[in-house]
Amino acid sequence: MTASEHPDDTARDGPELDGPELDRILSETWGDKAGLIGWLTTVDHKRVGKRYIVTAMTFMLLGGMLALIMRLQLARPESGLITADRYNQIFTMHGSTMMFLFAVPVMEAFGVYLVPLMVGTRAISFPRLNAFSYWLYVFGGIMLWVAFLRDVGPDIGWFAYTPLSGPEYSPGKRADFWAQMITFTEVAALAVAVEIVATILKQRAPGMRLDRIPLFVWGMLVTAFMVIFSMPAVTLASSFLLSDRLVGTQFYNATEGGSALLWQHLFWFFGHPEVYIIFIPGLGFVSAMVETFCRRPVFAYPVMVAALVTIGLLAFGLWVHHMFATGLPRLGYAFYTAASMAIALPSGVQIFCWIATMWDSRPRFEVPMWWVVGFIITFVIGGLTGVMVASVPLDLELHDTYFVVAHFHYTLIGGAVFPLLGAITYWFPKITGRMMNDRIGKLAFVLVFAGFHLTFMTMHFTGLLGMPRRVFTYPAGLGWETLNMTSTVGAFVMASGVLVFLGNILASLRRGAIAGDNPWGAASLEWAATSPPRPYNFAHIPAVTSSTPLWEESLPVFSGLRVKQRELVLTTVVEAVPDIRDPSPTPTIWPLIAALATTGLFIWSIFSPWALVWGAIPVGIALTAWFWPKSPPRHGREPVIE
Amino acid sequence: MRRPLSLAPVLLLLSGCAGVQSMSEGAGFGSQQFNHLMLLFLVVTGISYALVLVFLTVAVAGRRNEGGEARLRSLLIGWVGFILIGLVLLTVASFFSDRREARAGAEQEPLKVTVSANQWWWSIEYQNDDPSRIVHTANELHLPVGRPVQLNLVSGDVIHSLWIPALAGKQDLIPGRENDLRIVPTRIGHYRGQCAEFCGLQHAHMAFDVTVESPQNFAAWYAAQQQPAPEPTDPRAKAGHDWFMSHACANCHSIAGTPAGGVTAPDLTHVASRQTIAAGTLPMSRGNLRGWIANPQGVKPGAHMPAVGMTADELDAVASYLETLK
Amino acid sequence: MSIRQTFAGDLKVLPTHGFGVRSLTWWGVIAYMLIEGGGFALAGGSYFYLMSQETVWPPASLPPALLPGALFTLIILLSEIPNSLLKKAAEAQQRDRVLWLIVLLDLIGLVLLVIRGFEFAHINVRWSDNAYGSILWALLLLHTIHILTDWAESLVLTVLMFTGHGQEPRRFVDVSEDALYWRFVWITWLPIFALLYLVPRLV
Repeated sequence: MTASEHPDDTARDGPELDGPELDRILSETWGDKAGLIGWLTTVDHKRVGKRYIVTAMTFMLLGGMLALIMRLQLARPESGLITADRYNQIFTMHGSTMMFLFAVPVMEAFGVYLVPLMVGTRAISFPRLNAFSYWLYVFGGIMLWVAFLRDVGPDIGWFAYTPLSGPEYSPGKRADFWAQMITFTEVAALAVAVEIVATILKQRAPGMRLDRIPLFVWGMLVTAFMVIFSMPAVTLASSFLLSDRLVGTQFYNATEGGSALLWQHLFWFFGHPEVYIIFIPGLGFVSAMVETFCRRPVFAYPVMVAALVTIGLLAFGLWVHHMFATGLPRLGYAFYTAASMAIALPSGVQIFCWIATMWDSRPRFEVPMWWVVGFIITFVIGGLTGVMVASVPLDLELHDTYFVVAHFHYTLIGGAVFPLLGAITYWFPKITGRMMNDRIGKLAFVLVFAGFHLTFMTMHFTGLLGMPRRVFTYPAGLGWETLNMTSTVGAFVMASGVLVFLGNILASLRRGAIAGDNPWGAASLEWAATSPPRPYNFAHIPAVTSSTPLWEESLPVFSGLRVKQRELVLTTVVEAVPDIRDPSPTPTIWPLIAALATTGLFIWSIFSPWALVWGAIPVGIALTAWFWPKSPPRHGREPVIE
Repeated sequence: MRRPLSLAPVLLLLSGCAGVQSMSEGAGFGSQQFNHLMLLFLVVTGISYALVLVFLTVAVAGRRNEGGEARLRSLLIGWVGFILIGLVLLTVASFFSDRREARAGAEQEPLKVTVSANQWWWSIEYQNDDPSRIVHTANELHLPVGRPVQLNLVSGDVIHSLWIPALAGKQDLIPGRENDLRIVPTRIGHYRGQCAEFCGLQHAHMAFDVTVESPQNFAAWYAAQQQPAPEPTDPRAKAGHDWFMSHACANCHSIAGTPAGGVTAPDLTHVASRQTIAAGTLPMSRGNLRGWIANPQGVKPGAHMPAVGMTADELDAVASYLETLK
Repeated sequence: MSIRQTFAGDLKVLPTHGFGVRSLTWWGVIAYMLIEGGGFALAGGSYFYLMSQETVWPPASLPPALLPGALFTLIILLSEIPNSLLKKAAEAQQRDRVLWLIVLLDLIGLVLLVIRGFEFAHINVRWSDNAYGSILWALLLLHTIHILTDWAESLVLTVLMFTGHGQEPRRFVDVSEDALYWRFVWITWLPIFALLYLVPRLV
């Protein structure tokens, strides 16, 4: 097929078309319409990523408020501040919001925003799917919270063990809202995972071989594969639960051949990888920040990559350690103890490599590095208590006590939230064009760090003194009063730190110092774009010759992509040799409409199985309209996706 | 019995004062094993953490180190070796501790007790080859010191978990499954157990009392438990007895030696000898007994015990009757 | 930009479509197969787990009638012949061949859906009878959803191929990937067939 001679097809970027003129044309091609319609139809990964981040952080604040209410209730024995029913809803919502509506989405959100920029491409791999996934996620989160605010929120714990969550012991629709929220968020997460894998494998900058990929991108690749292999388990489990509750199947009913433990196996097969899905992007954040502020690549890059992959694989072999008290064969348990211990090895190796990087350089302790140091100090404690609960005899005492609550908050907050707060500080300039305030940032760190340890270190002892989890109150006289009060005080200190952090964000949005392209002097490609990046990310597709492109003498770029239509380049999987010019989809309202139709189907199916039949029709129509080509056949012209 | 190396100072340091529900009590073979193993884990993990902190401090505070790549490579190998050795040590120690606990008291004939968990109380049945010597009780365990007890665990509804931290680790009670938990109590005393798996509305109020006593005291207790309820002699207690038998109470509760034979609620034959009521929620006392009967939903909202309408006199009578059931 | 740019090459000679691993959507389809395949594997695992809870399997009924299931299997296996031809024709961008093959496969899909209806009707257990019934219905339903979605996608593509859009090279890539996905549909059917029809007869 001969190339078209149409000027829209022949206009290409290059030495002849560069600078402000190129920017004007590319901005027109890659930009959105103005106002609300532009906001609703955008497929720009940066805009979608930003809304994902803002929504996830909002859910974090909501989940945090629930935690404060819990801590107020538990500050005193038999306090009577809130009823058992309300407390059980609150702790269920706290866990579910934090795990499903905050932690995984925020990590994926950073992936959505950063990965295309870091690999040097113009867009994420499936931009419309990306937009669709955001809408589905936020609609699912809204559904759950509306149910909670109307006093039909789930009250079965974030893990919803059967048969408590089944039709006999949880009448009404509370558990169904929880189970369907799973469907919403898992479909959204899977969609993003697919996009991340495709972007990383096919859209990398020419020359970005596998050994030149930033460690954060490796982390997102491993995470995305983990999402792909683990989330079907929880979707299957929750579908079985919905079906038991709605149409009388017997998956979890022991009297009719079902099994309460089937739920646990399916849930934890997902549940254990889930925490690593949250944790590994955090490790990626740390690597990015350490590299920049030590002004050298992280020590032993191949070892770091191997550690990430090992963690991702091992994470699938641990799940039974959540079931040590269920009476399964002891010999089987020994395997899971060994595997659960073994995962400490790659984590320990990574900790070494980061510290080694700092040791072998002169690190600059900007605020993001404070969070990195806080992460090391905190996460390692969580990892070590993890080694303790990996042991069956220890776990049989510690399981379901506040010791475990301490353990997982040390690993999740220390291992994921601290790096996240550092990452926000670090990439805030890139996303917004302004710097966050330094002094306020340090104050926030001190408050959060001190408050965290006050709250959660104490809980190790609360657990050792025999306080079980998930209790809305406790009796006086068991020695738990002072410890609980201490944790409550710590929680409010921590909350004040979060508020200071939030205040810093809000203030810096308006009054932060202008950042420039690369305020930290970093090495990875996202810092070659403007701050904030133009809609098209890069005026010319960058190429790389090392893993630290911006620390080289110059940045090679490729010319020749269309500028009047959306186009990016696909490269080969291993060597990243330029292969195909791929058109990129334009903005459209159909992902939103499809998400609304899907939301209708999901919510309706809580109430009637026929929703699966009739509700599928609008979804099918929306999906067909989404994919149907909207411009006439090209007849030899360059292809577009409209 | 051999007294192990006293861990009390270390554990006191760690956990403040031990309590009736504290693991550091070490009043059973299992919890003793736990304390020993925990100490080993603390030492090994503590050393690891100290090493990380030292390395971090040096890296943060030290001057720039030139040409450190080679040195770091050997350090990394050393670190990997250290972690491997540590993990293997802990895994092996853990394995042996588990086996030791499994074999504890294996040569002795265990006391056999069936525990059936329900929302939100514990049904306890001491097994005996002679059916007339089976003892039914609820929300309490009496155990002879030094003798293993084999708890056969079943659930009547959702998943619960039986846990007496001072004595041993926990085990779940799962509908459709039978689990076993063997405990060897090693110190006389009073302890508290609590449900350790979220089981619904009143999960927080599902505890039970554990009394570990000398074999003689246990035998005396057991013999007393086998006796049917004494006939009330006091007129008020008699009135209470009659009211109890002719109203809803007798449908759910059982009292040996009376027409009350319900099985869906705790056995009350010797309720007055218990330390707490409503599954560890309230200490046993005249006032609490009356308060509980008068308004169960006020004490434990959602409990399956309904408020049975009664006048103050009737309440007084029934409570007086129950107080005779020692 | 904070660093100097140098022009290192020109991309304008690159083509604008490719088949197989060169296509972005191919990776999307593969990822989807991993997701759904994983889901099927877990459902299969659940089947064996539930089987281990019973001493007799099926516990209280006859196994599903073999004829509809065997007929379905035979036809879906045979459908791979026109399917492979379709994939080759799409990759060679032979529009006429693609058109009649894709219509043929649409018809075969319809026949399969009808037989699937008979499979449901003769499964010999209700989903609510016991866990055996539940898992059988779940496996059959999961697979049916895949047939339905692939069939619907084929119908849309068929219409598209008959319009002017049917001459675009990228549409041929879509057809090729749709054919690839059909392979996933019948490959995943084989173990499910075994679980539904053979295992209850063998244990």
